[in-house]
Amino acid sequence: MPVGAVIEFSNITKRFGDVTAVDDLSFTVEPGRVTGFLGPNGAGKTTTLRMLLGLVTPGSGSATFGGLRYHDLPHPLATVGAALEAASFHPGRTARNHLSIYATAAGLPQARVAEVLRLVGLAEHGAQRVGGYSLGMRQRLGLACTLLGDPGVLVLDEPINGLDPEGIKWIRGFLRDMAAEGRTVLVSSHLLSEVQQSVDDVIIIAKGRLVHRGPLSSLETQVAPQVVVDSPDRAALASALTQAGVVFSQGRTGLLATAADPARIGHIAFTAGVEVSALHRQKKGLEDAFLTLVEGSDSL
Amino acid sequence: MLLRAIRAEFAKLLTTRIWWILAAVLFGYIGMLSGGLAALFAGIQSGAIDPSAAGTGSQGTPPLGSLPPLVYSFASSVGYVFPVLLGALATTGEFRHQTLTPTFLANPRRAQVLAAKAITLFLAGGAFGAVALLASVGIGALVINGFGVDTLLGDSDTWALIGRTLLAMALWAAVGVGLGVLVPNQVASIVIVLAFTQFVEPLLRFASMFTEATAGIGKFLPGAASDALVGASIFTVASPVGGAAAALDWWQGGLVLLAYAAAATIGGYFVSWRRDVT
Repeated sequence: MPVGAVIEFSNITKRFGDVTAVDDLSFTVEPGRVTGFLGPNGAGKTTTLRMLLGLVTPGSGSATFGGLRYHDLPHPLATVGAALEAASFHPGRTARNHLSIYATAAGLPQARVAEVLRLVGLAEHGAQRVGGYSLGMRQRLGLACTLLGDPGVLVLDEPINGLDPEGIKWIRGFLRDMAAEGRTVLVSSHLLSEVQQSVDDVIIIAKGRLVHRGPLSSLETQVAPQVVVDSPDRAALASALTQAGVVFSQGRTGLLATAADPARIGHIAFTAGVEVSALHRQKKGLEDAFLTLVEGSDSL
Repeated sequence: MLLRAIRAEFAKLLTTRIWWILAAVLFGYIGMLSGGLAALFAGIQSGAIDPSAAGTGSQGTPPLGSLPPLVYSFASSVGYVFPVLLGALATTGEFRHQTLTPTFLANPRRAQVLAAKAITLFLAGGAFGAVALLASVGIGALVINGFGVDTLLGDSDTWALIGRTLLAMALWAAVGVGLGVLVPNQVASIVIVLAFTQFVEPLLRFASMFTEATAGIGKFLPGAASDALVGASIFTVASPVGGAAAALDWWQGGLVLLAYAAAATIGGYFVSWRRDVT
């Protein structure tokens, strides 16, 4: 069974001209867990992953697998399997030949080619030219490539992009299985909702900077609870809340009171003699917490 | 390790269709040209065709002994653009289809990958040379023999020419790899190959022949070096000053061509190959 290595980014920075794509990023990714690497498009996720894989040279800092840079790994494909967003296939080449070339280059047995094609469900399409593949099939071929060396670390850039619902279900199970076997699994996405069912930990970046890291559940505590309250006489309700010292804002469906539980707001309205037409706790999902974190970085 | 990289590069080359399409066109083109011109010249020399009817006059007819080498040398003097294209396409295709990403993931030693590609294409260029010779010698000799003119195939000089043609074609493919890393844009690379080999260089070579000074520079042009290496060419025959005097020795020509390939490949390594793959 392959052993997962710890991925470590230390103070990694990359500038393209005047633009700082990745700014002093430091975090670790643990084996045996699925780690979501999240951020909006253009946040620097792909650049960070490409620096990890030695495809882009960092301006400063380093990224390592168990202490070794990608370039220094004795058997790179047997240590790390990476699928990057760009479709890196020659359209005129068959999937089998594509995999065979990189198995040869990495010194892996040719028997792995048929095995990984079967693992990702492409066994019957191996002799087909990749040019005729659907986006979902290309994603699967990318995954097949990552599995060639049976590596302990998987680095996947937006693997869910372009998959149909069946494919999404399949890849979620795949990620869970890989982590359960003790592998390190790092998956990037620009949508938390895409990966929230499969990830244990999240690392969130925006504008090249780390804005949050921790277990998925840590995101919930990031959002202040809110109560929505409304009245036919909104002005009276507003003055009652102000008098009681409740901070609130005007929402589309009523007043949004920060902190507080609904019972207290109801009590305030009742004692002020204001009729209440709506009163409920605002359901803020993880996605909102994610967006708040990401947008909050604007003020940095 | 290098051997592994070379095997992977061979697999890349042979798993797309471009190599045999180029080889087929090369064979057809050189075969037609060698067969046609062999028929014309051998016909004139054997008296089967009246020189005035051919419109060339006796001036345009090469001396009897030089006809077979001239025809055989079409393999490289005309066919050299094919290995250059093969090398340039093999290299620029990696940029165009973004296959540099899986390539460098499987083998992060980029200089080794480029060296393996140059060696692979050098060998493939040699194979293209064999295909071109099959056309120029195979068809050319048949036609020459058909007119009763000596094919010179029993002559060791002819076989030396054939060997040097293989070397020239191999070097041209390596030049193509160098051009591909120097100009990674595939369309730009192809345009440069075609414009330079079919128009710019022939013009420069022709122009440089008129004075001693420019001829001294012109003989270092890649096409001139290649013809010097092979030892016979339609260009040296057509030279107004007398091509032989202006040409390099065959081994010098080979070294000049090798220098072009090495300089372009090493330059391209710094210009594109070791850059960030985004």
